[in-house]
Amino acid sequence: MEYQKKELPEKVRTTGLLLAGAGLLLIIISYIVDPRREAFNNVIGLMFFASIAIGALVLVALEYLSGAVWSTPFRRVSEFIASSLPLLLVLAVPLFMMMGLVFHWAHEDVVSADKVLANKTAYLNIPFFIGRTIGIVLVLYLFYYLFTRNSRKQDETRDQRLTKTNVKLSAGFMPVAGIGLTFLAVDWMMSLEPHWFSTIFGIYYISATLLAGLAATTYASVSLNEAGYLHPGINKDHYYSLGALMFAITNFWAYIAFSQFLLIWYANIPEESIWFVMRWEGNWKYISVLLVLVRFIIPYAGLLSQPAKSDPKRLKWVSLFILGAHFLDLYWLIMPTYSKSIVFSFYEIGFPVFVIGLIIIVFYMQAKKHNLAPVGDPKLQRGLDFHL
Amino acid sequence: MNTKKIYSIGGLFDTPDGITKAAEDAVKEGYTKFDVNTPYPVHGMERAMNLKPSLLGFITLFVGLSGAAFAFLFMYWVSVMDYPLIIGGKPFFSWPAFVPVTFEVTVLSAAVGTVAVMIALVFKFPNNSHPLHDTNYMKNVSSDKFGLNVVYIDPLFDESKVKDFLSRAGANNIEVIYEPERKPLRVFDPKFIGLLVMLVLLTAGVTYFTLNKLLYMPPFTWMAVQDKLSSQSQNTMFADGYGMRNPVEGTVARGFTPYEFKGQPDSVVKNLSNPLPFTKENIDKGKLRFDTYCSPCHGYYGKGDSRLNGQFPNPPTLHSDKVKNWSDGNIYHVIVNGQNVMPSYAKQISKDDRWAIIHYIRVLQRSLNAKDSDLETKKQ
Ligand code: HEC
Repeated sequence: MEYQKKELPEKVRTTGLLLAGAGLLLIIISYIVDPRREAFNNVIGLMFFASIAIGALVLVALEYLSGAVWSTPFRRVSEFIASSLPLLLVLAVPLFMMMGLVFHWAHEDVVSADKVLANKTAYLNIPFFIGRTIGIVLVLYLFYYLFTRNSRKQDETRDQRLTKTNVKLSAGFMPVAGIGLTFLAVDWMMSLEPHWFSTIFGIYYISATLLAGLAATTYASVSLNEAGYLHPGINKDHYYSLGALMFAITNFWAYIAFSQFLLIWYANIPEESIWFVMRWEGNWKYISVLLVLVRFIIPYAGLLSQPAKSDPKRLKWVSLFILGAHFLDLYWLIMPTYSKSIVFSFYEIGFPVFVIGLIIIVFYMQAKKHNLAPVGDPKLQRGLDFHL
Repeated sequence: MNTKKIYSIGGLFDTPDGITKAAEDAVKEGYTKFDVNTPYPVHGMERAMNLKPSLLGFITLFVGLSGAAFAFLFMYWVSVMDYPLIIGGKPFFSWPAFVPVTFEVTVLSAAVGTVAVMIALVFKFPNNSHPLHDTNYMKNVSSDKFGLNVVYIDPLFDESKVKDFLSRAGANNIEVIYEPERKPLRVFDPKFIGLLVMLVLLTAGVTYFTLNKLLYMPPFTWMAVQDKLSSQSQNTMFADGYGMRNPVEGTVARGFTPYEFKGQPDSVVKNLSNPLPFTKENIDKGKLRFDTYCSPCHGYYGKGDSRLNGQFPNPPTLHSDKVKNWSDGNIYHVIVNGQNVMPSYAKQISKDDRWAIIHYIRVLQRSLNAKDSDLETKKQ
């Protein structure tokens, strides 16, 4: 069967607009009522968005680099999600203007009175910080642009050499993405506690990023395929692969998260363990325990069996669940700096709703312009023939 | 010449597509007990062969979980129950430290268990080989051909029909595979057992040689040459020539209360009374400490008749009227300060233990001087 390009229903755009609108409204209200608290939520929203968009882009590159064929029929889904990358900067602008609200080290008087922070100014200063974020987003977007330009050109020309180019590009992309994500994690989350450091923090965020990008791709791919918008021929074996990859990365996250905990717990050096102590005091303890359950045990159990990995219904709820757990994870990483006890109300809702709305709108617009299947990709047919 | 039993009939195919097609055909013909052998995993083969998902996964799960439970409980037993040691100021039950080992043992036992069970199932334990071994068929499918063989247990098995089917399916080399002659219980074959014994001897020998000889030869001994002071040997680092240092003057060990009457005449301490209750528990403890610290000189019953008799100024009996009439405080004073040639035991024996020893000495004294009235009380 041939791929027929169909536009997504109007409903999708309306949903996106509604979500984004409602989210934006909440954000504005929250910023007026309590700017400091909303600024922290802005960081959560930014990191949430970054991990979905960049995670999806990493998946695209991963497919080229590893020569995988099973994911080719829905690679476009990841590409469309990744196309929201530049909007990250929009989300970062309010924070660029109010660095002092969240970042302790952004106050000159504090830094001059603190020897440790004074020694870190070469890295932790506002212009360099802003420059890094903008630079990373732009470089990643450049890669996005090149990948998709080549792939779309291929839709027309069916030129196989373009795949080769993309393979080479993705080899260059991987280290850039790894380093970029590490910088983003260190800058936006680790520097909230500028005295604290953990060398594994970057990979912690990278694992979360892969998972978020994959969960978003999985949810969108399964839903779109069920509604018949993707290339016909995607079957249980493709679903199984998505499920298996989610299962694997869930384990990877747990491995990294536990490694970070174990080393800090074992050495028990005050300047390191303080970070976990903050998350183990007061009612933050409940979130810490909940995180283990929600981010690891439930998705693990939900995806463990072979039939579960290829069951579309299961995949859809697990991937949404993983996105929720990812949000909880970021909340747990960021909010303890703001408050000694759990805070949760409408302030915390605005950003995730807004981000999800944005991604849906962007996706809709992309699907209007471009094919949802890379029809010129030489790996497409092999991907459709994929069997376990 | 062929009286041997047929195990299966195999055919070789040249391409993965050919073998997939052949497997589908075999299913269509109604064969159920056939197997496919390929040099590498061919995707989609389970479906073509119409196989149910293997149960091996559950065995893996079971073995893995058993391994996890074993590792965790073992560590719990070792570090909480059997030999609790404080490590890094952590509680005995420090579960995060158990996690890596539990994880490794889970993976290891699951992997080894799966392979072992799989081999046992496929070879049909206790056999240690498979009929397909050492056949032309196997030689080919482990290099560049794809094989399908129908096993004799298939209800539709019939030599000529299977051969016919294979050639129709496109096999280009059809081979009849015979059941190898099996001696009963190959595992108990003397050769096999001999091999095991050899292996055991070899392993033991190499281990013995490594641990007892090899490690004492250079360069392995270089490890022992270290630029540090050993506590028990002489060195020139400190003026007094000792490697081990004494604690600074006035150091007080944890849980140890210094003796406040040190160096004072015994009249001062006479009036101290034994703060420990006179219970069986304390007496038992006293016996243990007395036997350890005092008996080498004073003898197990305090009679001054120990094994050291004659090699050392004879220690007096503790049953003299003098000691019997002494107050507890007086004996305490002797333990702490020593008396003439008897050294001080203040360093070795804690405060409570000293008082427990005194309780025990009193018990000894009483037992050697039982009164008639004791019998009376016993009778009642
Ligand atoms: C190294 C051998 C040795 C050990 C061990 C030893 N003692 Fe003595 N103890 C002696 C000697 C020798 C004397 C006699 C000292 C003297 O000449 O006044 C003595 C004297 C005594 C006396 C005084 C007896 C008297 O008639 O003056 C008491 C009480 C006593 N020891 C109790 C103990 C207790 C209790 C212990 C165990 C903690 C102990 N000893 C361990 C050698 C020892």
